[in-house]
Amino acid sequence: MNRRPELVCPAGSLPALRAAVDHGADAVYVGFRDRTNARAFPGLNFSDEDLARGMAYVHERGRRIYAVLNTYPGSSDLERWERAVDKAADLGADALIVADPAVLDYAARHHPDLPRHLSVQASAPSVEALDFYAREWGVTRAVLPRVLTVHQVERLAARSAVALEVFAFGSLCIMVEGRCQLSSYVTGASPNTCGVCSPAHAVRWEEGPEGREARLDGVLIDRYAPGETTAYPTVCKGRYEVQGHVFHALEEPTSLDVLPLLPRLVAGGIAAFKIEGRQRGPAYVAQVTQVWREALDAVAANPDAFQIRRSWTETLARLSEGGRTTLGPYDRLWR
Amino acid sequence: MRLSLAPVPYAWSRADLLRFYEEAIHWPLDGVVLGEYVCGKRRELRREDWWAIAEAWAASGREVVLTTPVLPDPDADIQHLRRVVGNGRFSVEANDLTSVALLRKRSLSFVGGPGLNLYNHRDVALFQRAGMTRWVLNPEQGRKDLADFRRYSEGTSPPEVEVVAWGRSALAYSPRCFSARAAGAPKDDCRFVCRDWPEGLPVRTRDGVPFLRLNGVEVQSETLYDLAPEIPLLKQLGVSLLRLVPQPEGTADIVSRFRLAIAGASVPRVGAASRYWPSADAGKAPVAGAGGTRDAPASSPQVAASRSEKEGRGDGGA
Repeated sequence: MNRRPELVCPAGSLPALRAAVDHGADAVYVGFRDRTNARAFPGLNFSDEDLARGMAYVHERGRRIYAVLNTYPGSSDLERWERAVDKAADLGADALIVADPAVLDYAARHHPDLPRHLSVQASAPSVEALDFYAREWGVTRAVLPRVLTVHQVERLAARSAVALEVFAFGSLCIMVEGRCQLSSYVTGASPNTCGVCSPAHAVRWEEGPEGREARLDGVLIDRYAPGETTAYPTVCKGRYEVQGHVFHALEEPTSLDVLPLLPRLVAGGIAAFKIEGRQRGPAYVAQVTQVWREALDAVAANPDAFQIRRSWTETLARLSEGGRTTLGPYDRLWR
Repeated sequence: MRLSLAPVPYAWSRADLLRFYEEAIHWPLDGVVLGEYVCGKRRELRREDWWAIAEAWAASGREVVLTTPVLPDPDADIQHLRRVVGNGRFSVEANDLTSVALLRKRSLSFVGGPGLNLYNHRDVALFQRAGMTRWVLNPEQGRKDLADFRRYSEGTSPPEVEVVAWGRSALAYSPRCFSARAAGAPKDDCRFVCRDWPEGLPVRTRDGVPFLRLNGVEVQSETLYDLAPEIPLLKQLGVSLLRLVPQPEGTADIVSRFRLAIAGASVPRVGAASRYWPSADAGKAPVAGAGGTRDAPASSPQVAASRSEKEGRGDGGA
């Protein structure tokens, strides 16, 4: 592979966008301030004015900016998503990241020259599915759902005409993206329709006789003894009782980190590495971006001599959920 | 309005599966969806067994649909998937985009299963153009979505609409097997521990409230949803089929009750109401086992968070 893969970094605000660009992002991804993207949190994302300034900042430095429109509109909402597509195009986005077929179709018909990336929320894990999106709606890149092993990713990259982007670092969805209704079940709000998982308004922390309790719309997601590290109560990372044992029945709080697989994935032809975390602050974005910039540069300089530096590991561990990282589904044993 | 039997979600034994379909063929059902969709390693019934069941049901005048894996593994499941798609006899339900793509390639019509993300009238129309003749709503779609869909589809001929009207909700799928994890076994050497739990492995919250069921790579709700009292509403919204999820016991009674309700009888609610199908007794719907009223509409969450809460949150979608 002679083409250098892209480092795609999250920007939930103008300061985070500048941090990403200043620390070596090739591209940043941003969302509007509404339900059209899967990080619809209050105070997060871009007003039109901020986005125009962000676009200028990115483009003046020769980088790219992708607009995320990766939630699923209902019939009466579709027009809002279509206006968001128009706005992203007018403001000068370099690509759209989309999940919903109707939104993709609109973008393909009205802005045919604006590249369309398939969001992870669309969950296209095979060469057949990728071809389908390429043929129907001209998708040129897809963010892979985190369901394949590294071996399967390599084989898919070798066969796919659609360029592949993989998650490199950040919070780990352990369910197939776009097909998880755990938050919907408990709170009525899902990533697909509302752009939120475990919405903050449904979260309650309580001091109980047995420790600090994290509840989501009344449901006890976890309970912590004094001194235990607490975690934001997402359903998939809670502790529950199964057959008399209390444990993380679905997954521990941990972050995905594919640094150990980087040379393999680069050699396999992965087009872009994505850092998760538009909800994170500029300091987080700056540090993670810098580590991954250095790592990608090291692979490009000499893939055979690539070694993970201790400073990278320490930085990433400090920034990880629960202070731990995992290869997640890339590793068969995780399954 | 027709009644269809959902595929069995659980890892039942060969004998139990055969007995179930032998009994169920005598129930007042209009159709059946057959096959294993959760895990390709479950092979209690061979291809010939499923085929024989499908033929028997077709011979009894039922609509037969063959289901497909919800998360086809590119190594283990793709051959099986190709065979189902190319079976040449029965229609096929697509539960993911790989299946849709394979069906589209052969210009075959298909049922759009609840695993597809079709959220608006344009999505449905696009997939209809690709061959979808029936659209099964997903677990978080309900009254408002379907009413909007109807309003925006006026003057068109959309596909038939099917709603899962009885059973535990299929909430999530993962590359990880949760049944194996709970037994401390790796997925590649799972020893089929899921067979020990014919209705899924129960998960309780730490204060003892039944919450979820683990079924291999599938996570189900503990709550058993029952839309029988909503049948007048479902009819009004043009729902053509109701799908009932099999359980180890009592499914015959459930089928009879739905048949009565479709005929116009007023039936009491046996399971739980769904927040997505509010009707007369809405607002009291138990949702996630913990009780309490939760009436926030799905489409307009009242989000109010502090910065610090957001910083630590753990969802990892794009």
